[in-house]
Formats: sequence, C-alpha cells, structure tokens
Amino acid sequence: MAKPAIVVDNVSILFNLNSEKVDNIKEYFIKLVTRKLKYNEFWALRDVSFRVEKGERLGVLGFNGAGKSTLLKTVAGVLKPTKGTVKVSGVIAPLIELGAGFDSNYSGKENIFLYGATMGYSRKFIESKYDEIVAFSELEKFIDVPIKNYSSGMKARLGFAIATAVEPDVLILDEVLSVGDAKFRKKSEDKVMSLVDKGVTVLFVSHSTDQVRKICNKAIILKGGTVVASGEANEVCDIYEEMVNKK
Amino acid sequence: MSKENRIPIKKYFENAYKYRYLVQEIVRKNIKLQYRNSALGMFWTFLQPLLNTIVLVLVFGGFFGKSSDGVVCYAIYVLIGRLMFECYSQSTKRAMRSVRNSAGIIKKVYVPKYIYPLSNLFSTFVTSLISLSVLVVMFAFFYIFQHAKYPDLVLSWKFFLVIVPILLLFLLCTGVGMILSVLNVFFKDIEYIYDVFCNLLFYMTPVFYTVKSMKLTGSRLWIGYMLKLNPLYWIVEEFRSCVLVNGFDWNWTGFWYTLAFGVVTTIIGVIFFYKKQDKFILYI
Repeated sequence: MAKPAIVVDNVSILFNLNSEKVDNIKEYFIKLVTRKLKYNEFWALRDVSFRVEKGERLGVLGFNGAGKSTLLKTVAGVLKPTKGTVKVSGVIAPLIELGAGFDSNYSGKENIFLYGATMGYSRKFIESKYDEIVAFSELEKFIDVPIKNYSSGMKARLGFAIATAVEPDVLILDEVLSVGDAKFRKKSEDKVMSLVDKGVTVLFVSHSTDQVRKICNKAIILKGGTVVASGEANEVCDIYEEMVNKK
Repeated sequence: MSKENRIPIKKYFENAYKYRYLVQEIVRKNIKLQYRNSALGMFWTFLQPLLNTIVLVLVFGGFFGKSSDGVVCYAIYVLIGRLMFECYSQSTKRAMRSVRNSAGIIKKVYVPKYIYPLSNLFSTFVTSLISLSVLVVMFAFFYIFQHAKYPDLVLSWKFFLVIVPILLLFLLCTGVGMILSVLNVFFKDIEYIYDVFCNLLFYMTPVFYTVKSMKLTGSRLWIGYMLKLNPLYWIVEEFRSCVLVNGFDWNWTGFWYTLAFGVVTTIIGVIFFYKKQDKFILYI
C-alpha cells in the first residue's frame, strides 16, 4: 500500500491555563515584575499515536473534554503539537464546525468562493464545481441572500456541500453529520460513503456509535487525552458502549 | 539534524503561492463589502477624500489663514497629504485588527496567518489607488480652468514617479501592520493606543501645514529635525515633488531614509510574526 494518509506520532499538547486572565499590558507588566504570572499546565493530549492508511475511516470516540477536538485541530494543522509530529499527505478538507470560513455579510454564492479559497482552491476550480455545490446544498433559491439571513441548518448544508465537492484526500468530520434534518443527514452520510468508495481517508468524531459503525472501519477511544482503546470499529464501539453504560 | 532546524524557505514560498487565491478573495471581499448597502457605493472612495479635503482647505486655507502661503496649489497640497496619510492609517489599522477578526477561521482551518494582515493591506491600497482619481480630476480642474491663478501648476512626466512614494508607503505599512497585528492578538489595548498615536502622527505629518510656514529657526530648530524623523513626512513630500514639480524637489536623503526605515520595520515585522504565529490560537 502507498504512503499512509495520516501518521500521528507521540503527539502531546500542552495548554497553559492562565489562572487569571491577563489581557492588558498594565496587568501583564505588573504581574511580570511581581512574578505572579502563574500558569496551570494542562495536557490536552498525551503521547497519542496512530496511523491511518489511505482509504481507511477512523472513528474517534470519547466523552466531552477527552481531547477529540484538540486532536482533530492538530491533524488539520491548526494547532501545533507541543511534542511529537503529525504527517498528513494530500489535501485536507476540515469540516470542523461548519461555516467557520463564512462571512455573514456575503451572499451564499460569494461565500462558496471565499470558503473554497480558504481551503486553497482557485476561483476557476470552484466555478467548475459550483453547480454541484448549489444542487447538493439545495439552496438554489437563497444563493444570492447574505449568509446572515441563513438558518444554521442552511449554513451547515452549504459548508458540507463545499467541503465534499472539492474531493479532498482527507476529510475531517467533527460531529457535522448530526446537523440538519434527517433527510439531509441521510444525504450527507451517503455522500461521505461515496467519497469513501473513491478512496478518501476519513477522520470522524462522533458520539453516536451507530454512525461510527456505519462509516468507519477502525476506531479509537480517547480518555483524558490518551488513547485507551483502538482497533476494529465494531470492537471499539462495543468497548465504548460498555464505558457509557458503566457511568 | 541541522537540516531540520533550518527554516524551509522554499516550502514557505510554495505554500504562499498556493494560497494566492485566498488573498484575491479577501481583497475582493473587503472592497465589495466596504460600500455595500450605501446608496453611492464605490463612488464614496472618490467622494470621501474630496469632501474631506474641501473641509481642510476651508478650515486651514481660509479661517485660520496662513497655512496656504507659498504653496503652488493648496487644495492639491492638502489632498496629497490626506490621501497618503489616510492610506497609512487605514491600512495599518485594518491589518492590526485582521488576525483577531479572523479568529473564527484561524481556529478551525489551517491557513497561513500572514495572509490576513497582508490581504487587508492590499485591499486598502487598492481603494487608495482608486482614490487617486480624485487627484487626477482635481489637477485637471485647476490646470484647465484656474490656470491663470496657479501659473506654477505644470504637467510633467514626473507624475508617473508617484509610484515610488506609494511603494515606500506600502513597505512601511507592511512592517507596521505585521507588528501591530501580532501585538493586537496579545494585548487588545494596542487598538486604543494606536488610535491616539495616529492622531498624533496626523499632526506630525505636514498634511495641511507646510514646515516652512512654521519658521523653525534658532531654538525651535529641533522641532524640524523631529518632524523629519517621521518617514511619512518624506513619503508625503516626495509624492508632492512628483505632482507639484515647481514647488518641491526630490530629496534623495529622504528617499534612502524612508527606504531603510521601511525595510527594517518589515524585517522586524516578519520575524516577529513568524516567531509568534503559533501562539495566536491560544489567545484569540
């Protein structure tokens, strides 16, 4: 098999939680001089390692605060690991919290190009995908309306349509399949599956073991920033369900 | 090992090239959104400097007298000063806020962060260049209809040299904008401080007065030297020397000083930005 799509090697992330928020110069200098700048260290991730081969779908399970979103942000390249390395080959389309790249005063149409450019695609390329994006999002009637007048479901649909239309190599999904109505959820699940058939690598965060079983072939469980279980999706989902029931 | 520690310059250029579309889109967005929903739209880029210049000319050319003495054409003199100063303050202020304003994206998607201050600089410069049309119109007006009153106003090939002070201004704004955008991430106070600073700078730049009219001799000589430390002083004066050719001379010392000032600030800005950018996400 070719190069693995994602290699996460001994990644640790440290946050300095300021015991008091210092956000102005005066306070900062006073505290610096009086040596009262204290930080509480917090390891959001500790020695997390895994690799995802091309075309595999890895589910990431874990309770709130386990470090799932931190992990995705690290893979997406937003956060730099304090220790360890992350290697991703190919184009990443992060779908972490849909619509983050939108400008609310801009119309749907203009936002498609803005969002596309944020992912590094040219205007020409997005133009060739434009009809597909609009059709998938079912927003034909509202495409010239400023985004600020969209409902959250509409924004999510548009964001999802853009990120999947560009056919990335790695798709990062953070609970995005739980937005929108049941009909759109089904449609987006089908879309992800069709991308999977084309050999896209998926990193999928969800609380729903059903979705993980359906989409993923492998899974890991995060707890307190460390990987506590990893393996076949079905087995890991069973462990996770046990963990949920124990609580 | 040493190979890994080196900054991969080539990779950075490739990455910047990949995101050139984003710069285009942000510039397009800023310009489109700036005047959206206003009745006159883009026409404001033309109208605003014109009206503001009229105010300055009325106040300092008429009510307070003296400022206009010995100037080839006071209205054009003021307009140039104002265009250059406004371009500086707008672009640096926008660059300063850019990283903070893009927090939503920076937190979610990997994007080279310098794209934000840079594209905001670009968009302000584009609108400023459009504003230059006021200068062309005003110059044509005085040249054609008021030539008897302003005989020193002449057409010259030097007009095309305005590109030099504009490039100098861009260099200066890049450096200052980068530094401010980083500072603003860590200390939001800088926004207010810089606002006051720009106000001070406005009076330290000969926008509506001439340094000659201040009669800085004897014990007041040092004020003149202080004013000349301000790179904007030179940028404005060089610009005027290209348009009002009979009243101003190109000053090479000023040119080299401004160039050096711009290069040094930009280098500091880039290094500062590069060293701090990974920490942005923890603060915005």
